[in-house]
Amino acid sequence: MTIKQLSVFLENKPGQLLAPCRILADAGLNIITLSLADTRQFGILRLIVREWEKARALLEAAGCVVKVTDVLALEVEDRPGGLADIVAALDKAGVNIEYMYAFAFGARGRALLVLRFADNAAALAALAAGAIPVVRESDLSDWPATCGAE
Amino acid sequence: MNATAQPAGRHPASGPDYQPVGDLRRLQLERLKAVLRRAYEGVAPYRRRLEDRGITPDHVRSLDDIVKLPFLEKNDLRDTYPFGLFASPLEEIVRLHASSGTTGKPIVVAYTREDLDVWTSVMVRSMLACGLHAGDIIQNAYGYGLFTGGLGAHYGAEALGATVIPASGGNTDRQIMMLKDFGVTAICSTPSYFLHLAERAQELGTPLRSLRLRAGVFGAEPWTDRLRQRIQDETGIRAYDIYGLSEIVGPGVGIECAGQCGLHLFEDHFYPEIVDPGTGDPLPDGEEGELVLTTLSKRAMPMIRYRTRDITALMTEPCACGRTLRRIRRIARRSDDMIIVRGVNVFPSQIESALLAAEGVLPHYQIVLTRRKGLDCLAVRVEVTPAMFDDKVGALEGLQAALSRAIENVLTIRADVELVAPHTLPRSEGKARRVIDQRADAD
Repeated sequence: MTIKQLSVFLENKPGQLLAPCRILADAGLNIITLSLADTRQFGILRLIVREWEKARALLEAAGCVVKVTDVLALEVEDRPGGLADIVAALDKAGVNIEYMYAFAFGARGRALLVLRFADNAAALAALAAGAIPVVRESDLSDWPATCGAE
Repeated sequence: MNATAQPAGRHPASGPDYQPVGDLRRLQLERLKAVLRRAYEGVAPYRRRLEDRGITPDHVRSLDDIVKLPFLEKNDLRDTYPFGLFASPLEEIVRLHASSGTTGKPIVVAYTREDLDVWTSVMVRSMLACGLHAGDIIQNAYGYGLFTGGLGAHYGAEALGATVIPASGGNTDRQIMMLKDFGVTAICSTPSYFLHLAERAQELGTPLRSLRLRAGVFGAEPWTDRLRQRIQDETGIRAYDIYGLSEIVGPGVGIECAGQCGLHLFEDHFYPEIVDPGTGDPLPDGEEGELVLTTLSKRAMPMIRYRTRDITALMTEPCACGRTLRRIRRIARRSDDMIIVRGVNVFPSQIESALLAAEGVLPHYQIVLTRRKGLDCLAVRVEVTPAMFDDKVGALEGLQAALSRAIENVLTIRADVELVAPHTLPRSEGKARRVIDQRADAD
């Protein structure tokens, strides 16, 4: 039920962000979504890449420090309160969210949330209890290999 | 009052600084034989070292024979930590001080009552050489505590008969207030702290130039002639260099006189040699090499042929001040990798042991020294390894803080840790690349 996310350490200096982006682009790998967390001195680039094993190998070969994390992707109902209901269900169960980011997926523009939890098992239980659908990795491979094709 | 005037009744021209060279050499030989005998009879590790070479105190019949004796160095103090090199029983030791070792353990030094009196006497002689006297108001901004600078300067200034303010380090705004309100005429501190103080005083609208301050006795770290010129030009005071090291006594091993051209060594107590840092062979006077010192009168912890790792040369030309004590040139550099930050000795190996203890493996690192507003700043760049990398920002920042704390615990000064990308730091190119010192650029 979890999805693999790659995290890449980026020192806060010019060129650091371009390098991994260029490596993936040159290999024809498509980034489904990403986020960039920043501190004064460094950043952490988080990527959901369909072919994550290939991506990791390429990034590591180029000298990047890469970590693989199991995250969860949830679909958010397209209405006001969609997000609040999800967060409420998690709060109710005392589940801790480490971080999250959102993106629009697919032709229909489904709103998806990527979340890292302190405890994935507890999170899954809370989500099931709240009837909140969890998106599988295989669902994400709907996304076409080349940008623009539908 | 100008720097060389001496008040009536305290004229030192008949004192030990000015004794005829012949008398001085006879005194040195007599004391050398005595300290050698003391070490031979009272310090087992040193006796063993002599015995290994088949040497007894009788082998030293002239000052030149000193070359027959083995060297002592910092690692010997590390290996005999804490009290292995003491020649006096603990009941006779009235003071302990400590300074940085090459690993986590400090170097311990000891003093009997007589040793403290000698230390005080060379500090008095140092201050007189800088033109300080009873009647001066002296602010001591060297750190008080285990560091020998604070108490050394304090006892010296007090014995001199001056009015002493034991300010210690830090609290800069208050220091400036005292400099002004108490009419301080002389200050003792590290040169970089004084620079910091001067800049802050400027900011506060009380430039040091406008105060009664006329002299500074600066040491505990190397500083350039360019920095001295800057201090003198900007503040109007005379800035004197004082030299010392805890293993020998603390500050007061050598001092500049009014000529500010080389430091007179109190060689009636600290016998100097210059040797080739590689072979240990003595070098002719005037040639640059490693300063080796022998304590001629220390009782608690006699140091015979101690390798200071400081690179300098003996100046044999007579000094215009009339002192017969030989001078050394201002210390140019060291022969080991020790650096001095805010007056504190720092060895890269200390940082390594802290990183190793924190991480279990030693990451690639680099030390970067900068100067901000006059104060030395130490930063350690550490390459992030897969094992160290956590996907959470908080965890990574926590790691940064933990490494910083681990290093500070060993060094006793603040160290910022910067996490850098892998493969960006130079690999094993020797000490030249492991430490980036940008401080001189700020002078």
